[in-house]
Amino acid sequence: MMHRLNNLTVAIGSGLLAGCLSLASGGVSAQEKHAASIKIYNTYCVQCHGINRNGRGINSEHMSVQPRDHTDSKAMGDTPDATLFKAIKEGGLSVSKSVLMPTWGGVLSDEQINEMVSYLRFISKTETQ
Amino acid sequence: MKLVHAFGAIAFGAVTLNAWAGPGQDLLSKQCVSCHAITKPKDTSLDRLLERKAPDLHYAGSKFNKEWLEAWLQNPTVLRPAGVMYSKIVKGNDGAVDTIDGSKLQPHPKLSKEDAALATEALMALKADGGLVEEGAFKNGPVNAKFASMLFGKLRGCTSCHASQPTDGVASGPELYDAGNRLQPDFIYAYVKDPQKFDPHIWMPTLNLNDADLQKLTGYILTLKSAEKK
Repeated sequence: MMHRLNNLTVAIGSGLLAGCLSLASGGVSAQEKHAASIKIYNTYCVQCHGINRNGRGINSEHMSVQPRDHTDSKAMGDTPDATLFKAIKEGGLSVSKSVLMPTWGGVLSDEQINEMVSYLRFISKTETQ
Repeated sequence: MKLVHAFGAIAFGAVTLNAWAGPGQDLLSKQCVSCHAITKPKDTSLDRLLERKAPDLHYAGSKFNKEWLEAWLQNPTVLRPAGVMYSKIVKGNDGAVDTIDGSKLQPHPKLSKEDAALATEALMALKADGGLVEEGAFKNGPVNAKFASMLFGKLRGCTSCHASQPTDGVASGPELYDAGNRLQPDFIYAYVKDPQKFDPHIWMPTLNLNDADLQKLTGYILTLKSAEKK
């Protein structure tokens, strides 16, 4: 998983959107399907959740509550879509989690957040619920 | 693509800067503009933000304290330990905390005393427009340092991204341990209140703080005046 995500990140950085991570589904690769969310994740989420989506972002070292590891299938599988959506839009406190997860509703639309929830399902290898 | 943007910015900047006279005008329009937007960009997209080489300066006169700016231009220190956009220089670390590729950080040019004075004069003339920074928004009430520090840390989570002391280590946002020297009070208030008013896609979240919290946080940030710089 780690190796795959590393490859994915390098590909984003290089702007090589085609030809990598061929998890094709109905003719559309996962890379293409989640391209918008990957860009958003790399812009807003990476600082805490990490370039490998494992909760080890540059800010995490001195945070009193560690960011969620989005590759953790167990923890992510136990979290409903509605909770993920609300945590992103209204912040950690809104779902009884840490204030260190801020509110992103001021910068992301509902549609973008829904797409992000779908992307989180992909990287955590969990099903929508 | 970047060249097109840079050329566009230079041309646009030169036209606008002609509207006001000042000896630092040439410096801004010929040098600073190669990295900084000194006029409000027409393109407000996320792509523009991701492509920019350095922070925007079109509201520098409402953001910085003049004395700090002139001194900093002569002896630039690191304000953004993770660069202008962290995701471009962050590296995975085999399961440990991500690291910064320092080789990708570009130091700010050091200006002579004369050029720093000229640039500062020109930059301080660039005031925020459109009600971006409301004059007098910060009321300068008394600050309960202990409570405000808790507000900055545990209660509102600012410490996740901003260092309030030099020993705090790398963080994604600009350091704030010298913000009391660097930034104007009304700018701090306005930016914390609604960062997306400055840039619709900027990666500082709007925390929906009420006026009381904004007053306390601004007052606290103004007390951060560390003499120790990196």
